[in-house]
Amino acid sequence: MTNTSTRNKVLWAIVTVLVLVYALFPVISILATSFKSPSDLTSGKFLPSSGTATTSNYEQILVGDAQGLFLSALRNSIGITLIATFIAVVLATLCAYAIARLDFPGKKLVLTTALAVSIFPVISIVTPLFNLWRTIGLYDTWLGLIIPYLSLTLPISIWTLTAFFRQIPWELEQAAQVDGATTWQAFRKAIVPLAAPGVFTTAIIAFFIAWNDFVYGISLTSTEAARPVPAALAFFTGASQFEAPTGAISAAAIIVTIPIVLLVLLFQRQIVSGLTSGAVKG
Amino acid sequence: MASITLNHLVKKYGDGFPAVNDVSIDIADGEFIILVGPSGCGKSTLLRMIVGLEDITDGDLLIDGKRVNDKAPRDRNLAMVFQNYALYPHLTVYENIAFPLRLAKGKHSEEQVDKLVTEAASTLELTDHLQRKPANLSGGQRQRVAMGRAIVRQADAFLFDEPLSNLDAKLRGQMRSEISQMQRRLGVTSVYVTHDQTEAMTLGDRVAVLKKGELQQIASPRELYEQPVNLFVAGFIGSPSMNFLPATVEGNVLKTALGDLDLPAEKARKAAGKKVVLVGVRPEFFEDAKLVEDHKRFNGSTFRATLTHTEWLGNEQYGYINFDPAPEMRELLNNLARDMDADELRPQVVVTLDAASRIRGGREAEIWLDTRKLHLFDAESGENLTRDAEAGAELTREAGEERAEEIATAQQADGQAAGGGFGTSTHGNGNGTTVDAGAGRSGGATAARGK
Repeated sequence: MTNTSTRNKVLWAIVTVLVLVYALFPVISILATSFKSPSDLTSGKFLPSSGTATTSNYEQILVGDAQGLFLSALRNSIGITLIATFIAVVLATLCAYAIARLDFPGKKLVLTTALAVSIFPVISIVTPLFNLWRTIGLYDTWLGLIIPYLSLTLPISIWTLTAFFRQIPWELEQAAQVDGATTWQAFRKAIVPLAAPGVFTTAIIAFFIAWNDFVYGISLTSTEAARPVPAALAFFTGASQFEAPTGAISAAAIIVTIPIVLLVLLFQRQIVSGLTSGAVKG
Repeated sequence: MASITLNHLVKKYGDGFPAVNDVSIDIADGEFIILVGPSGCGKSTLLRMIVGLEDITDGDLLIDGKRVNDKAPRDRNLAMVFQNYALYPHLTVYENIAFPLRLAKGKHSEEQVDKLVTEAASTLELTDHLQRKPANLSGGQRQRVAMGRAIVRQADAFLFDEPLSNLDAKLRGQMRSEISQMQRRLGVTSVYVTHDQTEAMTLGDRVAVLKKGELQQIASPRELYEQPVNLFVAGFIGSPSMNFLPATVEGNVLKTALGDLDLPAEKARKAAGKKVVLVGVRPEFFEDAKLVEDHKRFNGSTFRATLTHTEWLGNEQYGYINFDPAPEMRELLNNLARDMDADELRPQVVVTLDAASRIRGGREAEIWLDTRKLHLFDAESGENLTRDAEAGAELTREAGEERAEEIATAQQADGQAAGGGFGTSTHGNGNGTTVDAGAGRSGGATAARGK
């Protein structure tokens, strides 16, 4: 018994290490690259050569030449993504609650439509959207990106939240109503707190999707007014035409990863579900 | 505290199937009513109609004489304990109990909430657990929290939806007696849904037996047991359940598969004119003929039968006799079984024998049957031919008197024990108490308002 369990543990540890290396190696590689000086980029070594490690790449994008390009893009990305996420989560919460709780005709239709929208290839909508946005003046605006981002984030949010709401026992709401709550109070006081982990998880997924988008970002913007970070990275240039902007791009990539890591760390607790245990028997 | 009147209540679902069909019950103030029946008989639906979670298709529901059909659950001022407790997992025990008070905004100051919750918690022995989350409580404790949420808010009536079915047998017995004592002490009108025989018989002032959405009989447990109105009630109430023997009547003699039984003249008269009847015999009507005292012997008749096996339980023993009914009778028995939710009624008679009896399985023995107590049922309609309605009503009336007495005693004892401090008496003149408290501690009240 003990033998097999120790062997199991060792096996699991090996698998975990392998997965970690596989997943984190690119990130660490980019981190190392971001500290290399331009001349060191082609050294073929993983770490910057000793003595040449530099923060010049960070200086360049935060306070140097590329500042205008990067900081405005960062602001755009944060703003657009947060707004898109917020709208998506609020709408999806209400929608998912209705789908999970109420019996109305067209319930299936809402779900299949959401699924259909989410499997539609982004690249095929981008061209017509480009023309349409230019005609109605949404081109190169925040709203012009928020709307397409909603089409990406809403379907998945509706699906995740519906699944989540279905797990919450009906009785809780009925109990609240018998205890003297209105329908809205029962929703807010008994259901929302329980749904919170699901809502946070959904919000984070939606945030990732909007944050990582490149196709919409590069096609529907033309200036710093709305261009998000992934698109802005493509516009980085080296100090001269003979220098690749690899270092600066790496530095920018590291910086845009930070909000995501923070977000996950911050809401780690809320994401852990299982909060419903103890509501009913079991 | 309130009376509840169900007036020809009907619940039909979209497909026209009546889940509850024309049920009328008058529930008096302070009465403990049990709704019982096999699964799918509509008892839970009926309860949910009373509390307002199901719409009423037809009929009137009155609480204290006021029609509440169209009122939302929160306007009916009823408290309900759910089968799975429905505790709010994100709130502590304290907040769970305080939840209804917090919803009634402005009605209770923070101090009053604290006082009411602490009182309820001490009644239910939850004081030590107030700061814990429901997930960390045992089944019995969760059950008590659910009850705490009900008693804290001085509801007009308590509704219980199979509250004990998730507990293990020992805890169930304990909670059963706690619910019973609490109901008596608070004197609050209660409606309790269960499919458990024991709960129905021990808790209820009156028990309503439902079958396929229709009310069969509502009476005190004793009346149900001794004077059942039809086959269904007779078979449903009692454990082990009543034996049904097909028989033909010939004068004063019943011809059954167990042998010929002499009927008392009065019973025979009631069965006159019927060719086939079903004889209802409770297991305890039988006895080992050797152990029957002489003066009782003439009240019954004896027959010889072979027991397949016996089960000795210490205080008594059960014996089993198989019999072979005629085919058309077998059909009748199977229909009856279907009504009771069983697959097939085995043509078997269960007899209760004295623990001292030496009768053993496989040997023929002489068994005595108290024929005075037999019930005769119409084979077609299932109606009890030998029911004595007056005697039954008398039993239920007695139960009603006992209830009034018990409530009075319980409240008196409670008043003495707690120095008049507990629950109902305080709640009864809640206004007066509030004013006093306000006058006495106006500073505190202002501070509370200041928040």
